[in-house]
Amino acid sequence: MNAVVTPESSLARVRSQVLDAAGIADHDLERALAALMRGTVDNADLYFQVSRQESWTLEDGIVKEGAHSIEQGVGVRAMSGEKTGFAYSDELVVPALLQASAAASAIVRQGQQGRVQAWQPRSGHRLYAPIDPLPTLTDDDKVALLQRIDSEVRALDPRVKQVVASLAAAHEVILVCASDGAMAADVRPLVRFNISVIVEQGDKREQGYAGGGGRFGYEYFTPEKVLEYGREAVRQAVVNLDAVPAPSGEMVVVLGPGWPGVLLHEAIGHGLEGDFNRKGTSAFTGRIGERVASDLCTVVDDGTLPNRRGSLNVDDEGTPTRNTVLIENGILRGYLQDKMNARLMGTDSTGNGRRQSFAHTPMPRMTNTYMLAGPHHPDEIIASVKKGVYARNFGGGQVDITSGKFVFSATEAYRIENGKLGAPIRDATLVGDGPTVLNRVSMVGNDLALDTGIGVCGKEGQSVPVGVGQPTLRIDGLTIGGTGGDE
Amino acid sequence: MSTRTALSLQNGVVTLQEKVNDVLRLARQLGASQAEANASFGTGFSVNVRLREVETLRHQRDQGLSVTVWLGHRKGSASTSDLRPEAIEESVRKACALARYGAEDPASGLADADRLARNIPELSLYHPWAIDPAAAIELATTCEAAALDVDPRVTNSEGASVSTSESLRVYGNSHGFLGSYPESDHSISCSVVAAQDGAMETDYEYAVARDAADLPSPAEIGAEAGRRTVARLGGTKLETCNAPVLFPARVARGLIGHLLGAISGGALYRKSSFLVDALGKPVFASRVTIDEKPHLLKALASAPFDDEGVATTERRLVDAGVLGGYLLGSYYARKLGMQSTGNSGGAHNLVVHSTGETFADLLKTMDRGLVIADLMGSGVNPVTGDYSRGASGFWVENGKIQYPVTEITIAGNLKDMFEGILGIGSDVDRRGAVLTGSILLEQMSIGGS
Repeated sequence: MNAVVTPESSLARVRSQVLDAAGIADHDLERALAALMRGTVDNADLYFQVSRQESWTLEDGIVKEGAHSIEQGVGVRAMSGEKTGFAYSDELVVPALLQASAAASAIVRQGQQGRVQAWQPRSGHRLYAPIDPLPTLTDDDKVALLQRIDSEVRALDPRVKQVVASLAAAHEVILVCASDGAMAADVRPLVRFNISVIVEQGDKREQGYAGGGGRFGYEYFTPEKVLEYGREAVRQAVVNLDAVPAPSGEMVVVLGPGWPGVLLHEAIGHGLEGDFNRKGTSAFTGRIGERVASDLCTVVDDGTLPNRRGSLNVDDEGTPTRNTVLIENGILRGYLQDKMNARLMGTDSTGNGRRQSFAHTPMPRMTNTYMLAGPHHPDEIIASVKKGVYARNFGGGQVDITSGKFVFSATEAYRIENGKLGAPIRDATLVGDGPTVLNRVSMVGNDLALDTGIGVCGKEGQSVPVGVGQPTLRIDGLTIGGTGGDE
Repeated sequence: MSTRTALSLQNGVVTLQEKVNDVLRLARQLGASQAEANASFGTGFSVNVRLREVETLRHQRDQGLSVTVWLGHRKGSASTSDLRPEAIEESVRKACALARYGAEDPASGLADADRLARNIPELSLYHPWAIDPAAAIELATTCEAAALDVDPRVTNSEGASVSTSESLRVYGNSHGFLGSYPESDHSISCSVVAAQDGAMETDYEYAVARDAADLPSPAEIGAEAGRRTVARLGGTKLETCNAPVLFPARVARGLIGHLLGAISGGALYRKSSFLVDALGKPVFASRVTIDEKPHLLKALASAPFDDEGVATTERRLVDAGVLGGYLLGSYYARKLGMQSTGNSGGAHNLVVHSTGETFADLLKTMDRGLVIADLMGSGVNPVTGDYSRGASGFWVENGKIQYPVTEITIAGNLKDMFEGILGIGSDVDRRGAVLTGSILLEQMSIGGS
């Protein structure tokens, strides 16, 4: 049963949980912000975080370890033009807060105290229940869930030799208050299940992996759901037992729906983050309004999808998240902004100001990035390819923002010959150029899918949970790196 | 006034040792048969200067405590960044509660008592840098200016950074071991953007050292960042082909890094390594010899003891191509019927012996092929050794660099790549846990247009 919680009462609850527990009163927040707002400082904020995480890991058919961690602290930031002063403390007490504020404000020369606006509680979305997911299953049931999936997966195929499964949950409570009057809180549950298997056949060994999760309790992981992940991990590993070397060179590539949307995250998403465009270091700098994709392509970043891993009620600067159109029918429409970069570029935050924790500074980051569905049936897309590659699943990717070059690594892929799927091919990296690759999209499927809730995005050493998605896509030329020779 | 514990590195050892002892005592009271605790404290700051203006000043101050307990052979762990006594007690209780749900696993437990470090060698890892943010800003400004001034095609910048940090770690366990040592890390880095014909490229240079006196001058670092970036302008795609590939020292570190994952206990036990059962067998060309040297003075991956308190020792890991050992902590060592090698937490300075050539010699030997500038993506399958990554670099003819290339892939299998090492340069890069010169590989598949 979900209790009806208004944002205001959620804010009040978080204030009592985070601030009252630490003996921090309103006037202490005001003092800290006033200390930050010196001289030419335009904006300052305080970010309180209290989080608890747990993980349970099964290997060799037994739960080997349960782990639990508590992380809490406050990060304080002063911004003046393009300058940022930042300090944090993992002690939630008044003297530490004031000391951090003094250190952060040292970025600007001493000056008069600035003004702090009266706080106006921001009501964010209600995209997920403000629950603590850790106790949503008893510890006995967590252990039982892992043991059950281990024996079920081993029973699926005798070639399964090793199973590692894990269950993890985080309960993160954040509170932001800023000199511009923003005050917002968010209670962010996040759960995840992972399974990896090793299969053996003769002297061949392959690995398969699956998992999922989101912003809800452990009840999401029903026996059927968990078995679905197990089947998927075994299926991938077994497919790769018969894999042949991937070809090498430029080919027609069909990308499957869902997680292969990591293409959009790398090729497009990062290059549209406000910081790179403000600095002029992105291959997309100054290209708003230009054609960067075929007119079949519309790409959005949507932080407002209920219960998704990449969703947030408010971002880490207290701005409610949005659905931002990045590319509309092939035309570049918008950037992803946090407060600082929006201010410097004369626009508004799009609710994409995110940080790994109180010990890190916010940056423009993606939430759930995906391409909208198109007109083609996925079978029709594969049938259209005389010779090429169908990539169904991927590991990770990476992009060089400045040159626009990106890579992503296929973990499950097949040759396409005369419109039919052929032999599976070994792990292969695909490489392309962000500002031009989507111009080569010639067919877009009607089968939009989002990933299962496994994405982690890294930028400048900070990790945040994200989502990706796309329908099946045909790209008329992408370089693939295998050892199977030139095609 | 609050009774806040103001930790510093000076008073930190005693405070953290007390906390570790408190944890071990409490664990025993709560019925744990074995326990270990790690407490750490770190402090520092970093500055970034971009386009000759200060951009960020970040102060860093971290503390943490982790505890693992065993009830018999059942294990539970907890960690906290809150070091107040009540939070520490909650963590120990939580670890004990979790251990009750763990399964009995005979291999699980502390390292064997006779393997623990008896004396802790002084490795010269702690050299605090007496620098304030204003002076660091000045160094970063000099560094970036050198990069911007290298060539008019350097048009933009991600900035130059200077950072300094000190940390202290205390590890204790219920065998009676209690060890600690302070460390410092200082770095200068710079990344700029160059443009030509409407296309932009970026590259960077950095230096990192235990002792700031060992850092090169900021101007040298900046100028190198600028030169590296400009050299990448005008890159073209290559035709798909097979050719020799030269990994310059900084990229070659990652190549040897793939060995580390493949010979670590967990990967071997789970058979998720392409080097399962490779002990005593040739895995590299016979010209390759690699030592592990955990006690190199001032080195970045030196450590007197590992994460379980086990003494670290110098050893030959690869002898004339033959794998002489694994990287094991106690748990997977027991699972494999072996002994810990003092590698819980990783490898400590892998020194790859040079075959004597300079970088220029290796270019000559290669004659025609690819020099890597940068690799992208995670396309390495640890189970099969299949290797496929995005790359940019330079094409070489007649032993000389001809032009930059971009948007290509290189592919092979790590087994073949290790066996195909033709030479290891004398230009050793010491900025990480692997210390190696440039590495020339006989052949890889290059994917282009």
